Amino acid sequence: MSSRETILQRLRNRSGGELTAPECDFSVLKRPDWSTAERVDLFEKTIESVHGEVHRCTEDNWIDRLSELLTTRGARNLLVPKEHEIGLKLRSEVERDDLPSLLIYDEPIESWQTALFNDVDASITSTRGGIAETGSLILWPTADEPRLMSLVPPIHVAVLFAREIYTTFHEAMLDQNWGAGMPTNALLVSGPSKTADIEQTLAYGVHGPKELIVLIIE
Amino acid sequence: MSETAHQSPHHIDVKEFHPRAQAAIHNPKIRQNFRKAMDGLMSKRKSAFEGWDLETLRDLGANIRLRALANLPDLLEQLEEKLTENGIKVHWALDSDEACRIVRDICVARDAKSVIKGKSMVSEEMELNHYLEGQGIEALESDLGEYIVQLAGETPSHIIMPAIHKNTGEISELMHEKTGTDLSHDVEYLTAAARQQLREKFMNADVGVSGVNFAVAETGTLCLVENEGNGRMTTTVPPCHIAVTGIEKVVPNLEDVTALMALLTRSATGQHITTYFNMISGPRKADEMDGPEEVHLVLVDNGRSSIYQDDELLDTLRCIRCGACMNHCPVYTRVGGHTYGTTYPGPIGKILMPHLIGLDEGRHLPTASSLCGACGEVCPVKIPIPDLLVRLRQESVDGDKLHPARVTGHGAKRGAMEAMIWKGWSWMHAHPGAYRFGTNMAARFRMLQPGQIGGWTQYRTAPKLAPKTLHEKLKERGQ
Repeated sequence: MSSRETILQRLRNRSGGELTAPECDFSVLKRPDWSTAERVDLFEKTIESVHGEVHRCTEDNWIDRLSELLTTRGARNLLVPKEHEIGLKLRSEVERDDLPSLLIYDEPIESWQTALFNDVDASITSTRGGIAETGSLILWPTADEPRLMSLVPPIHVAVLFAREIYTTFHEAMLDQNWGAGMPTNALLVSGPSKTADIEQTLAYGVHGPKELIVLIIE
Repeated sequence: MSETAHQSPHHIDVKEFHPRAQAAIHNPKIRQNFRKAMDGLMSKRKSAFEGWDLETLRDLGANIRLRALANLPDLLEQLEEKLTENGIKVHWALDSDEACRIVRDICVARDAKSVIKGKSMVSEEMELNHYLEGQGIEALESDLGEYIVQLAGETPSHIIMPAIHKNTGEISELMHEKTGTDLSHDVEYLTAAARQQLREKFMNADVGVSGVNFAVAETGTLCLVENEGNGRMTTTVPPCHIAVTGIEKVVPNLEDVTALMALLTRSATGQHITTYFNMISGPRKADEMDGPEEVHLVLVDNGRSSIYQDDELLDTLRCIRCGACMNHCPVYTRVGGHTYGTTYPGPIGKILMPHLIGLDEGRHLPTASSLCGACGEVCPVKIPIPDLLVRLRQESVDGDKLHPARVTGHGAKRGAMEAMIWKGWSWMHAHPGAYRFGTNMAARFRMLQPGQIGGWTQYRTAPKLAPKTLHEKLKERGQ
């Protein structure tokens, strides 16, 4: 008999009494209906408490803000999505000289891994919403915005629409109907990479980005 | 079925709990490092739950875990089916040895020479690093705490903070000696050095191995909770990802995960959420630019299906590995994680390890507790740890086999002398003549009573028998 069958058989032929499955009431996770403004405020507060940086922008000025932020940090280049509107918009402004050079992730990682790990200073991705209670960004990497884009470069900029901020993880998951099917990789990102493994002292940028900048578009 | 793992590379004798506890208590560095860390974690947990209806949330957590266990075989089958649909290959292992062999076979099939690992307690249980090295495959830990512990040639002393027993100075010296970094107490510098050292390894590793916090049957999703990003690196950069998990980690729905997450990180480190919450549902698709080509899940039993048979012990399988019971345990805080000599230390270790290694080996574990109840009070899924400790204590001395044995090594702690004394005691109480004679004799010859009675008199004065028995005193009162 295979290990699979042995394990399943032992579980099925349990010697104890009949196990009953209790009802699960999730209402304890529910929060009152908050306005968008309240959710934005809470999101900002929670993500800043874990070292995330929030900038409130509009459709018209986010590129200016991004340019300032990257210039102060001396970023030489920025990895942008190829097809997403964020990338298209940035690439349409090529004549601007205050933006770093724009790179596109349109080849399999194997062909440019070393360059991604060593030479890319910053990346920008879209999000699928945010969670106010925990200060989290919802990321569903795609062929256009691959997984390592938000992980390897030292600065990760995420664009978040204020209207897409949910109060709780529970609410976001049900509203977006995640149960119907998941992508190969989905993530909640709450702040830049960090550790407290050395004597409980917080240090940022262990393996992932050292900085997480969120541009909230209101 | 073999329930013991292969020989520990560290040759720790679990039975030697007491000498190790003595040594730890007399080691001010250990006591200081743990005291400081645990005090911090306790207060962080407390403030993280402010404004929450914690009792109701704990009830929900317990119910979710119970519901999952009630349907365990069906859920495992559903999980396997969904994962397979998603392109993830599922393997089943009865014990640690089989789980190690499965990982090796995947590595061999890919001609893999190096493995990079995310944090995984099941792989500690399997002693996977040791095994792979024996097979000529390098296995490197990438969680900073695990990396430090591995550099030191040690095992983790806490399930959430593996290197909590070391302070910055010790870590600085260790990294200097093993990796050539400068001697520095600057945690940022040490962290940056480790980042640099490990980045090379992520890029060159052939296989990434990770644990699993929750496996969701509904969608075939493996969830991974972490702060550093090493879990993401491990599961994304190498061309092959192998996840290992205990069979009890499956939950029916994604919705369940939202509640368990709310409890897990707040209980563990007082965080509302970790930096990264990773949900993996498949290998790289044809149009995707990164991610592993192959993803495997190894479902490890290793004694879990045996715990599953017993209505009471089953609660052990509810554990979501937050470590809150350790953080709040007065014994753990004083002696530290290495004293236990087991993969899982502290209260959860004391109820889980006897199943994995037997009571003959782990005979002292259930008694290494003051039964103060703190572990049960903080457990986010309400595992009645103190009750289970009492149950296991009973099994460990129960020579009469009053209870059906669930754990190997039943009665291992029973001493012949103690057993005889209790037998005599119960016989005497059943025979009034003998009882009167015995108590009278004891009162008469109380001067001969020994001044030292084992462990009791190590810290206390021995109680003295009264000059008159209760019966005599009552008689004098004219009753």
